Amino acid sequence: MLSIKNLHAGVEEKEILKGLNLEVKPGEVHAIMGPNGAGKSSLASVLSGRPNYEVTEGSVMLDGKDLLEMSPEDRAREGVFLAFQYPIEIPGVSNINFLKTAMNEMRAYKGLEPYTAKEFLALSKEKQKLVEFDAKLVNRSLNEGFSGGEKKRNEIFQLAMLEPKLAILDETDSGLDIDALRIVSRGVNKLRSDKNAFIIITHYQRLLDYIVPDFVHVLSDGKIVKTGGKELALELEEKGYDWIKEEAVS
Amino acid sequence: MINQLETPLYESIVAKFEIAALQSRNTQIGDLRQQAFDIFKASGFPSPKNEEWKYTNVLPFLKDEFELEISQDELSEATFDKVAKMVTTHIEAIQNSIKGEQKGAYRLIAVNGKFNETLSILPEAGKIKIQALSAATEEPAFIQNFGKIATIKDNAFAALNTALFHDGLFIEVPKNVSLDKPLHVINVLLADANVFIQPRNLFVIHANASLEIIETTITNEAGHTIFANGVTEIAVAENAHLHHYDIQTGHKGLRLVQRTEATQEQHSNYSNYTFTLPGTELVRNNLILHLNAKDLESHLYGLYLTADKQLVDNHTEVHHKMPNGESNQLYKGVLMDNSKAVFNGKIYVYEDAQKTNAFQQSNNILFSEKATVNAKPQLEIFADDVKCSHGTTIGQMNKESLFYLQSRGISEQTAKNMMVNAFAFDVTQKIKIAPVRVYLEKLIAAEMEKNVH
Repeated sequence: MLSIKNLHAGVEEKEILKGLNLEVKPGEVHAIMGPNGAGKSSLASVLSGRPNYEVTEGSVMLDGKDLLEMSPEDRAREGVFLAFQYPIEIPGVSNINFLKTAMNEMRAYKGLEPYTAKEFLALSKEKQKLVEFDAKLVNRSLNEGFSGGEKKRNEIFQLAMLEPKLAILDETDSGLDIDALRIVSRGVNKLRSDKNAFIIITHYQRLLDYIVPDFVHVLSDGKIVKTGGKELALELEEKGYDWIKEEAVS
Repeated sequence: MINQLETPLYESIVAKFEIAALQSRNTQIGDLRQQAFDIFKASGFPSPKNEEWKYTNVLPFLKDEFELEISQDELSEATFDKVAKMVTTHIEAIQNSIKGEQKGAYRLIAVNGKFNETLSILPEAGKIKIQALSAATEEPAFIQNFGKIATIKDNAFAALNTALFHDGLFIEVPKNVSLDKPLHVINVLLADANVFIQPRNLFVIHANASLEIIETTITNEAGHTIFANGVTEIAVAENAHLHHYDIQTGHKGLRLVQRTEATQEQHSNYSNYTFTLPGTELVRNNLILHLNAKDLESHLYGLYLTADKQLVDNHTEVHHKMPNGESNQLYKGVLMDNSKAVFNGKIYVYEDAQKTNAFQQSNNILFSEKATVNAKPQLEIFADDVKCSHGTTIGQMNKESLFYLQSRGISEQTAKNMMVNAFAFDVTQKIKIAPVRVYLEKLIAAEMEKNVH
């Protein structure tokens, strides 16, 4: 599904990703871990098309299409979803109108008729239930005055509504208490299927207790330096990252 | 005074007044015109040296040759047909954009300030009085209020209007009367040459009465320059309510300077909503409220979306003269291209006006590096137990918010529209008439669409 080859990218002349390779197939969950400053969030930014990031080398293909050539909205329409580390508050834009606009623009891109108000409402109710999202928040301004946990849960609700092929969760666990973490994880697990894939960026192994990955990658200094199964996360939790850095150097 | 020599208009105004003065029959008005003319003649048009016009140099907009003589005859058949067609097109455009939101409105047509009854759809006779200002000079409400609300001292444009106004609308809502639907005033500006038009209105809302007025302006785009210098005087009596909407659309060649000045009595509410859209070259709104009694409220909401080389200037003055008054001002601006906006808001709290609550906020977003905003809030407080606040922000479109919306599959253009609507939301949500809100949002969306780069 996703094929990243020798990706070099950075911000304002500063190279952050230095030759990253990653293959993701449908149905897989990939965890990306690594020390601060390794480039984890930069990878999420580059994949979703955040302005300011410049790709200097390499390629990113999504089902044979060149992702790097696309605008952020076209990437989303092709099935890329980024759950933000810090979801943005936009006062005056209602959560529900925002989602309706997003879904209908995506449908138009695929040549589909927009949802009727009724269809949309039914779908929204179904997904709210699925990911345990508070109905009261749906009608509020987008993320305005939401707690940290509510913002993250809203990201998962959007994920449920938009049904992307590839979902990137950028430190979705940061700032969550244990209950919110469980709810968020339950939501993600319900959304997993053999047709979609997840890239989960996290600092901590804790999230991976709930969302069990197929692969764990360690990102250090802009490159993936080690790949393993879910047990690698446990090892990292215990030993930290230094041993891998040393291993990588030697 | 030296700068006036560059303005042929000044000379023709002086010449015209000499003739007009001889023709004036009503002495009350005649004296007022003379007094106003003396003020104008002494000061001339304001230059940027005048503090009130520091950021808005109006002189370049006055350099053209303007006709001062506006026909006050009945419209010819051909002109009537043309106006009827313009009105129909305008109404259709509004109705198309507010589909499903129709509540209906009465319609009042003024052509170059002159009331046109045939084209108007008015409430049943006796409910409220609507007539040409020139026909209302014997009305007690006219005698009591006309020329007594608008301040002409140190206000050259208001003085000029008072000296030489043509005609305008007289609207009087009697005691205890509330109109069931809003009154839509369509100001039709017609020009077959460059014209300098001076409409003059008087709205009197008696005790316990209420009215909603929605003003829109349409012009024939004949390539002529239209300079409209309007004055509207408003008296809002005890416990009366007036919601006054002004939607300012226009085109290149249209220049608009207007003064809306209102007096308010106890328990009254005057709310003004001024929306300026791209098109009109120059807009200068002067909105002045006199809170002459205690326990009353005033709301001033403004929204301006500017483009091209447009210059949009909002000046407000709120005079809190008695205790327990509340005034609330919120002006928001979105500036594109090379446009320029000015916001100058003054709040005066007089010595007797204890327990005043006066709030003022002006927020702007620049959509272009070449756009400019000059914002100047001013407070003059002579009472000691008051709550007053003011604030101004000038910012840019938040790129991270834009990216967030785009990352959900929303196009850049739609995302910008959403953000402009969101920015404007604090103001648009105050609009009490749903179709007006929808119409305005559609106008904004259409303008944003044009601004795709």
